[in-house]
Amino acid sequence: MKLHRIRALFLRHIYLYRHSLTRMIEIFYWPLLDLLVWGFVSLYISRLSAEGKSSPNFLGIFLGALILWDILFRSQQGISVSFLEEVWARNFLNLFVSPLTIGEYLVSLMLVAVFKVVVVFLISALLAWLLYSFNLFIIGIYLLPFMFNLIILGWAIGILTTALILRFGQQAEVLAWGIAFLFQPISAVFYPLSVLPKFLQKLAMFIPASYVFEGMRAIIFGRRFSLNLLLSAFSLNVIYLSLALFFFFRMFRAVRAKGLLAKMGE
Amino acid sequence: MTAEAIPVLKVENLSKSYNSFQAVKSVSFELYPGEILGLLGPNGAGKTTIIHMLLSLTSPTSGEIRIFGLNPEKPRQREKILSRMNFSSTYVALPYSLTLRESLMVFARLYGVKKVKEKINSLIEQFDLKDIANRLIRTLSSGQMTKLNLAKAFINDPEILLLDEPTASLDPDIADRTRSYLKEVKRTKQIAILYTSHNMQEMEEISDRLLFLHHGEIIARGTPDEVISRFKGEDLKDVFLKIAREVKL
Repeated sequence: MKLHRIRALFLRHIYLYRHSLTRMIEIFYWPLLDLLVWGFVSLYISRLSAEGKSSPNFLGIFLGALILWDILFRSQQGISVSFLEEVWARNFLNLFVSPLTIGEYLVSLMLVAVFKVVVVFLISALLAWLLYSFNLFIIGIYLLPFMFNLIILGWAIGILTTALILRFGQQAEVLAWGIAFLFQPISAVFYPLSVLPKFLQKLAMFIPASYVFEGMRAIIFGRRFSLNLLLSAFSLNVIYLSLALFFFFRMFRAVRAKGLLAKMGE
Repeated sequence: MTAEAIPVLKVENLSKSYNSFQAVKSVSFELYPGEILGLLGPNGAGKTTIIHMLLSLTSPTSGEIRIFGLNPEKPRQREKILSRMNFSSTYVALPYSLTLRESLMVFARLYGVKKVKEKINSLIEQFDLKDIANRLIRTLSSGQMTKLNLAKAFINDPEILLLDEPTASLDPDIADRTRSYLKEVKRTKQIAILYTSHNMQEMEEISDRLLFLHHGEIIARGTPDEVISRFKGEDLKDVFLKIAREVKL
């Protein structure tokens, strides 16, 4: 073993961090998010036991939430990772020198996202039923509009991420894997909104997923389906998707002017 | 070129700047059906930027591009233009996790090719890709990859073909066969080809006319013989070296 060779490789990786802010942030990003999510989950469970309430259907809450959260995540990835696939394969230019329009490109990515979501959802729901006897379909027909809202939010985040990668190049690739999780703590995926501190509750009002997960929990707890929650989620989603599309088109025009579109593909 | 020939591509005073750097400076040229126009110049001369502007990948800072009489800066016209032209570059690949046949299928759909299967089969036959048609692209050699890139470039029977160093990674035998093929399709199908290469011998052999770019400007144009004699060179390589080394000419 030669120390200078080990040192060379050590330096090679440290240099990466020196030149990439996103990599630096990533070091703290995941531990911080884990701490937030699991901290609030612990708070929720300890509150329940302190209040002496009967134990809720944890299996339903956690498994249902996990499967639904994956819908959002897969939907986002269906867009941003599909885009990255073209960049990694150096096929990006071939697409954009064809008559393909930006609109057609985005719609095709959205469809890929839906395809991935449906496949993953069916497999997850089946496994949850086989392994844990948990039937996600107890949510009933309302599952569909909830799912649809998560898909739209995933599209919006995916399009936003893709626009940022287009503009900032491979440095921003890390967003494709992590940006959706930024919304997880305040989406109240595994715990009710009431567990969050007041300022985060206010912030959660702007996150469509928080309405979806509140709605899902209400049904699992045997309460009524809330149309208000669904409409709030849908309205926000329409706004965010429109903003994401607007941002993408603006970014696309900007990278074309700067000559970055061509660089992305080579 | 006859005097009445109508250019399929016309560029007038085309410029591109990136902040204070001018990559292309007021370039004008035309490309006619059945002609191979060689675009050459040292690295950073502006060749790739011009090709990217012709392909609508980069927007010009000023000047005009007309392809088939249409303006590629207008989205509707861009679609019409790009459906009638194609592009191949050594530096651009095809989806490596797809088979060769699947990849051609994707591009045939993108270009709205009719009778997709027949077209793909004929390209596979034409480019001698039959034995590897069902192989994953990532397993292809660079020679096979170049042939596939060219097959993709012919998927829509283009009237204009932009080729960026198409033979850069090929051995002399395959490179020669590729040039012969291009010369033949140019003649038989009257395709207009814009061609870049750093292989001066190749440029001399294949080009009907040349545009010599340096620091974003066209400093010479004409047939290879005209360009060589203008710069009093022995051959195109000699001319290239003189210009690249900025010898006062």
